[in-house]
Amino acid sequence: MAAEEQLTIHEAGRKLAQREISSVELTRAQLERIDRLEERIKSFITLTPELALRQAEQADQRIAAGEAGPLTGIPMQMKDLISTQGVTTTCASRMLEDYVPVYNATVAERLLSQGAVLLGKGNMDEYAMGSSCENSAFFPTRNPWDLKRVPGGSSGGGAAAVSAGEAVYALGSDTGGSVRQPASLCGVVGLKPTYGMVSRYGLVAYASSLDQIGPITQDVTDCALVLNAIVGHDPKDSTSLRLPAADYAAGLGEYTTPSPLAEGGPQGGPVRLGVPEEYFVDGMQDGVRESVQAAIETLASLGASVEPVSLPTTRYALACYYIIAPSECSANLARYDGVKYGFSYQDTQNMWEAMERTRAGGFGPEVKRRVILGAYALSAGYYDAYYLKAQQARTLIRRDFDRVFDQVDALVTPTSPVVAFRLGEKINDPVEMYLIDVCTVPANIAGLPGISVPCGFSQGLPVGMQLIGPHLSEQRLLNIAYAYEQATSWHTERPEL
Amino acid sequence: MSLERAQVEQIALLARISLTPEEVELFQDQLSQLLEQFQVLSELDTTDVPPTGHAVDLQAVMREDEDEASLAPEDVLSNAPRQEGEFFRVKAVLEE
Repeated sequence: MAAEEQLTIHEAGRKLAQREISSVELTRAQLERIDRLEERIKSFITLTPELALRQAEQADQRIAAGEAGPLTGIPMQMKDLISTQGVTTTCASRMLEDYVPVYNATVAERLLSQGAVLLGKGNMDEYAMGSSCENSAFFPTRNPWDLKRVPGGSSGGGAAAVSAGEAVYALGSDTGGSVRQPASLCGVVGLKPTYGMVSRYGLVAYASSLDQIGPITQDVTDCALVLNAIVGHDPKDSTSLRLPAADYAAGLGEYTTPSPLAEGGPQGGPVRLGVPEEYFVDGMQDGVRESVQAAIETLASLGASVEPVSLPTTRYALACYYIIAPSECSANLARYDGVKYGFSYQDTQNMWEAMERTRAGGFGPEVKRRVILGAYALSAGYYDAYYLKAQQARTLIRRDFDRVFDQVDALVTPTSPVVAFRLGEKINDPVEMYLIDVCTVPANIAGLPGISVPCGFSQGLPVGMQLIGPHLSEQRLLNIAYAYEQATSWHTERPEL
Repeated sequence: MSLERAQVEQIALLARISLTPEEVELFQDQLSQLLEQFQVLSELDTTDVPPTGHAVDLQAVMREDEDEASLAPEDVLSNAPRQEGEFFRVKAVLEE
């Protein structure tokens, strides 16, 4: 197999099953490609080539024994806040630079038990706090479409790796858009599942009521295959849902009509799509607006009914998110005290000074900013005005979605108001950086599934369309995205590297 | 809505992060701007609106009280900056 060939999961799976290639060959080709590109892309914090080749050998044995699943032998990247036993898990932080987990996250366990090949750990904004991957304590990742631009964040390493062909797929995590937004900026597919669908056990916590792990893939079929592998109840996560077994890839079906969305709706009629005007915000780039409008027309031509809808609480979502997420983060990150693991300042006999200097030295600026902001929002005298108010706003935002999902089956929006921006362009202005998340945070606040799929280019850079649906409507979102993908070729576009 | 310098220092103390004078100044400015943005929430009438903690209708999940294997002490301690025997070593908590 040529090192230049970029296979999807389903293509590679077919070749593995037919013995056209072995997992070892596939993994070697992947490692060669990483060798060639990584100096420019920088999508990996840690590479695990020996481990990957060992896992590939085992995968080949499973394939030979007829015990392979769809992900067996396929090389992938995992975001570096998903705990991997024996493999450094840094969260892109100095705090955890040398931290080696002694257990696997449930998602890691699930993928590895299905024969996944781990190429390494993906770069990210420190503790998943950021929208550009520039908050990594180690180095920024570059957008494969333009190396002077950011890949988005926080799962920027995963999106860049999949886009550049450094990994067949990646796992990211999405607290306010951290899977969907980088997928959009890098021209790949990213899904945030319904809150509670994928176990968070072993996912290093940022904001626990919002965090959800999701796949970053080259196309919708791959997204469904990875989702199949990672969903399911986990007694180790108390917010994990018990759901009936489902095969999301098989559920995609095969479209034989030119208008697959004409009768795919849950009521039997056409899929009803709503376009919320509030998501087409001031400051949105014209090229983004035009690409998404064109995508909506394509969806209509596939048989969907399209109507404008209104979600008036959208204008409160960013404030709601930027109170709740930092509040939860300030509580979650209290564990980094320099005693149990991680960076530890020792050069004092005073316990408090040691703790304060440990946290000063271990955390980067964005993490400090959010921990302090959250501590403020939770502090006596301000709790009602900020944290409680934001939680009440959260209820109103949920109710808004509930109401609109009585009218339509799914929402179509841009994923990001802008295409990939230049490194350094926004990093010194947190207010402006936070605005990038305007289209993605509402789904996290309401616990809803959202998927970003490539829908065009503006200034030569990818644009993403987001579909948001009610709780547990993953199959519906995947089907709409799949129908769109069948009718277009944006997902086959790859950067020249 | 703007924060005083002393407020930033007080919150940093609560959060147990020592800040340089430059960081205090930077955060004072940036957090004030963010709090200004948050004022938009005051437009919302939240009278009698219950708060949402998380978006899934699961409450107080319990499991059977059965014993399970747990991590070995040497594993638990393997990332400890300082240890002594089977313990994490910490600085003196109680002062003279």
